[in-house]
Amino acid sequence: MIRRTVRFLDQRSGAAPLLRKTLRYAFPDHWSFLLGEVALYAFIVLVATGVYLTFFFEPSTATTTYHGSYAPLHGVQASKAYVSVLNISFDVKAGLLIRQTHHWAADVFIAAIVLHLIRVFFTGAYRKPRELTYVIGVLMLFMALLEGYLGYSLVDDLLSGMGLAIGYGVGLSIPFVGANLMLLIFGHPFPGSPDFWSRMYIAHVLIFPLLIGGLLTAHLALVASRHHTQFERKRAPSQRKLIGLPAFPAQAPRSLGLLAAVAAALVLLGGLVQINPIWLWGPYHVSQGTNGAQPDWYLGWLIGALRLVPHFDVVVWNRTLIPNPFWGGILFPAVVMGALLAWPWVEQRATGDRRFHNVVQRPREAPARTAIGAGFLTWVVMIFMAGASDRMLVWLGIGYMSQIWFYRVAIWIVPFLVGFLTWRLCLGLMAMEEVEAEQGRAEEEAEIAGSTSGIH
Amino acid sequence: MKRRAELGIAFLLLGAAACAVMFLVVYALGWPHMTQYLGLCLGAALALLAAALILTSAKLFPADAEEVVEDYPPTEHPMDQHEADQVLSDAGGRFTRKRLLGGAATAAGAALGAALLAPAASFGPFLDTKSFYYSPWRRDRRLVDEDGEPLRAAEIETETFYTAYPENAYREELAAPLVVVRLEPGELEMPAGRKGWTPEGIVAYSKICTHAGCAIALYRTPRFGAAEPGPALVCPCHYSTFDPARGAEVTFGPAGRPLPQLPLLVDSKGDLRAAGEFSGPVGPAFWGVRTRRPSSS
Repeated sequence: MIRRTVRFLDQRSGAAPLLRKTLRYAFPDHWSFLLGEVALYAFIVLVATGVYLTFFFEPSTATTTYHGSYAPLHGVQASKAYVSVLNISFDVKAGLLIRQTHHWAADVFIAAIVLHLIRVFFTGAYRKPRELTYVIGVLMLFMALLEGYLGYSLVDDLLSGMGLAIGYGVGLSIPFVGANLMLLIFGHPFPGSPDFWSRMYIAHVLIFPLLIGGLLTAHLALVASRHHTQFERKRAPSQRKLIGLPAFPAQAPRSLGLLAAVAAALVLLGGLVQINPIWLWGPYHVSQGTNGAQPDWYLGWLIGALRLVPHFDVVVWNRTLIPNPFWGGILFPAVVMGALLAWPWVEQRATGDRRFHNVVQRPREAPARTAIGAGFLTWVVMIFMAGASDRMLVWLGIGYMSQIWFYRVAIWIVPFLVGFLTWRLCLGLMAMEEVEAEQGRAEEEAEIAGSTSGIH
Repeated sequence: MKRRAELGIAFLLLGAAACAVMFLVVYALGWPHMTQYLGLCLGAALALLAAALILTSAKLFPADAEEVVEDYPPTEHPMDQHEADQVLSDAGGRFTRKRLLGGAATAAGAALGAALLAPAASFGPFLDTKSFYYSPWRRDRRLVDEDGEPLRAAEIETETFYTAYPENAYREELAAPLVVVRLEPGELEMPAGRKGWTPEGIVAYSKICTHAGCAIALYRTPRFGAAEPGPALVCPCHYSTFDPARGAEVTFGPAGRPLPQLPLLVDSKGDLRAAGEFSGPVGPAFWGVRTRRPSSS
């Protein structure tokens, strides 16, 4: 049966050589290599749940009256978008499960990408010949951020409206073209023309998913054509020979098991852990806001950056040139993205190392990279934490203004300290290994000497 | 050993099937708290499936027994590179008048590109930045509350804030909502040129933060004596803090300019009305926005 199917397909597609190669494609076995896979599987869950949601969601700001089964909002005037999400949550069987699973999947998707990026960075897996794979991955991360932002903006609840207002304010702050750009995108000054909702919708359900899906395909194709990196193995020359589990039969149940595990975790979260209860926030109105507003976790670093900048606009002759949100909302993410994209070539220049690398390093083996990475990560994470200062005020009672002043200074000092300490730690670990290896050699020699003397 | 593993796998798969059937039952019956039961059943089914697959890989295809050694692909293909290079550069050799054709092709590409992109301009009146300056507030327009009832000066109390809208005007735009508070007239230190804007110590500002466009939804009033900082209007998004007693100047947080102020008057019936237009443009700033109201208007 299987043989006949293979033969049928090969005669019509000529794919047997490819199939044979695919089945024997080797995956090196290391837990940290699973992070990218987790992101891939979260993306699959996102697409599946997202398609389901589109069958019910209505991307329209036209006003309507709510008559669904959630009594506290009976008779409330709200946009059709908001009301349709209420209906998904309360009146579509399994609707809330799918909606919450979709939201959790977005949070896990981006978390997995970030952890995968951290793994790839600190092990040097992005080095030649895999720079393009890495660049595509970084681009996907930033697209995923935008895609997530569009997703929760579509719902038109109070928090999503506040988020949109901030996005609009940040967009306006782009020097010279900000106002024109926002008129193009929104069609009208905030909250924009009704067309804006159609634009946001098609961007969220078609354009960005296609872009991310296309980049994902290119990412995986490049991984497959250059093969995976691996850690140093004693069994074979690691630079030329890849040791791993063949796609079939060993890797397939592992990968499918991970897919099922990721899906299980997301469905359990979606079913048991409430996320974004929009019926508590209520519909958005320009004149309304709520305290303790926090976006999804992956925008926390931008909130932090927006909050940290001291109060000034760049003003010349009574005209504002560079409004304040530019620094935190545009320049900061641009610097982070630029630094990430440029890094492989910066490192090549600095080290003069333009060789091919199939063997990844342990972080300690590249002390300078590890130190710079740790410092950079500390910088971004501290700015992220500044975005949670209001939560810290509520939980720990530390004054908001003192926290902001602390971060305004500390983000320029602590990353350097962390970088320096990391560098020393790497050097120390390497030296320790050197000593241990020395001892090992000495013991071996002593043993050999002992055994030879025993013979005599 | 292998037989026991297979028995375990079968057991897990049947468990997954049972949970999936439970999901169908819950879905069909539509119990209350359905979301939790649905999530639990489907999640458990997937988790058991995952366990079955992982047991399969661990017991039937253990990593140490299955490992294979494979060559990394060659780093490059010099022969193919050379041939591709030949084909590409030979094609270029067929052209003799390269500069002419290059120029013409550039012109065609640029013009066609512009033509294809032009319809994007229909997205919005992107050159008309005047629309950012529009405001429904002008002299004698009444302030009304959420229900459309006029705001009466006598009913405005201290230590709380009111949201006001322009009477008979559209509310869902940045220039519409106001935040209104009453301060002791003695506390006020308004900027020059705003004499008479604050009848009885009642002040009105645009409710939209000049930083990123959120609504000013917090009012901090000193209830605990002189040690507390003075009253402040605060935006909950990035905590820009404005001093309502000093023309809403920024005292903390990222906002780059004060909230625009609306001059008020109290009419003969005791209702609050606008006494003119905003002191400056409303909402987040953009390149070239005037920081103060032009003197001509």
